[in-house]
Amino acid sequence: MLLETFGVTKRFGGVTAVDRVDLRIAEGQALGLIGPNGAGKTTLINLISGVVRADGGTIRLAGSDITRLPAHRLAALGIARTFQGVRVFKGLTVQENVLVGRHTRMRTDVLARMVPRPQALSDPHRARALALIDRVGLGRRRADTLAGELPYGDQRRLEIARALAAEPRLLILDEPAAGMNPTESAGLRELIGGLLVEGLTILLIEHDVRLVMDTCQRVAVLNFGRKIADGAPAEIQRDPAVREAYLGTEAVA
Amino acid sequence: MDAVFDFLRTYSTTIAVIGVSALLALSVWLTLYAGQLTLGNAAFMGVGAYVSALLGRHLDTPFPLALFIGAVSAAVLALPLGAIVFRLRGVYLAIATLAFGEIVRVILLATPITGKGQGLNGIPPKTELWHIYLSLAIVAYVLWRVQGSTLGRAWAAIREDEIASASQGIAVGRHKLAAFVIGALIAGWAGGLSAHVTFSIDPSDFGFTKAVQVLVFAVVGGIPNVLGPILGAGLFTALPELLRPLKDYRDIFQGAILLLVIIYLPRGLVTFVEVRRTRRLSRIGAADVA
Repeated sequence: MLLETFGVTKRFGGVTAVDRVDLRIAEGQALGLIGPNGAGKTTLINLISGVVRADGGTIRLAGSDITRLPAHRLAALGIARTFQGVRVFKGLTVQENVLVGRHTRMRTDVLARMVPRPQALSDPHRARALALIDRVGLGRRRADTLAGELPYGDQRRLEIARALAAEPRLLILDEPAAGMNPTESAGLRELIGGLLVEGLTILLIEHDVRLVMDTCQRVAVLNFGRKIADGAPAEIQRDPAVREAYLGTEAVA
Repeated sequence: MDAVFDFLRTYSTTIAVIGVSALLALSVWLTLYAGQLTLGNAAFMGVGAYVSALLGRHLDTPFPLALFIGAVSAAVLALPLGAIVFRLRGVYLAIATLAFGEIVRVILLATPITGKGQGLNGIPPKTELWHIYLSLAIVAYVLWRVQGSTLGRAWAAIREDEIASASQGIAVGRHKLAAFVIGALIAGWAGGLSAHVTFSIDPSDFGFTKAVQVLVFAVVGGIPNVLGPILGAGLFTALPELLRPLKDYRDIFQGAILLLVIIYLPRGLVTFVEVRRTRRLSRIGAADVA
């Protein structure tokens, strides 16, 4: 298992946002995480990526305990993520955004830069950044555009490129298709499919059920902070507890 | 002949003060570039000024060494302070660093060795103009080069979004602290240089007014690149001299110019020159800081 959580819990005041959740993602697998709004999906990945700290339970990455590690250490260990409410660096260019993504892969070049020399076009990091910008469908023409000037859907793609720049072992995507039109969302599906073929492990939160069912081998369902189902997409679609969470109980008068 | 000599002497002091102000503006620029509003640099300047002057007076420390120890003292002080205050953000961070500045001022006022309220007089005028401008050139060059490095990019990323930066593997706390400590080092060095220009120093030279003044230099000059703070320091240090003929109305005109710059060039003076060349420069400024 690449990622495992055991009884992970997070409380905000009186609300238990994530309640004793067990999650397992095998290497190279895509796990879809779905659930109604406020089910605790984003809190759960905030816990996994170290943005917030768990009140209880254990999180393991490739067998080692990462529960108490801060976000930047987790990034260095190979967890990369995007954010639900897009968090690109708006005042930096597209290329600079992706280069920041390579932070954990770059040796500090402060001293080397003290000697002035023309910026090497063959710089492997810049080349890599440009390749990623192409790959997510932004196009390297826009490498020098300010990220804040991109349309919303493109900012989401830029976030994915930035996350991929870190060459992660686990990629967490928090509603990557939100705000995308059908064409863009089809492109996204293709991108995720390609990443899976390359062997990347993906945790995908998404409201676009088709995207989840198409790309993920397994799906976990959260409701009120608890995991109520976990299995193959087809099983999940039939699961009565899941139907109840989404549609309400028939018994309700 | 006397008049010419007098004029030259006044002139050279102003040039010296401009250089020192530019160094200070760059010292606060560093933290601003990383998105952090701190107001402790006047106090760090004071530490550098007092330490270097006292070393020269009591221990006959050679001037360069005294300057160096003064700057390092400021940086050493900044380290634990930064570790504490960077739990805060925005105006709270500004207030906390300002409080630190007041503490330093009060300590200087109360301690016999620093001359209490009278300060230190008769500091030998060892600073030559070229000392100041060589320092300025080196600091400006280094910061300019750092801007495009992994470190500079990390600072810019932190300014844009701390949570996203951390998730990309940037140790946010450590990077903020580094900006703060390097800023203190520069401010301390500038303080040592200025103490040996002005003959005398007293605690009020390094108080609230100075802290705000330095911030104004940097913000009005502009945060996008290192030229901004230098330009801001140059203009606002020279302005009182240039407006001298206006006599009593001088402060009014100075205030009006400041207002105009802030209203029409909210991203700083540098954007006036460069705003057309790249839109990007106009995007990074005071508004991103607080």
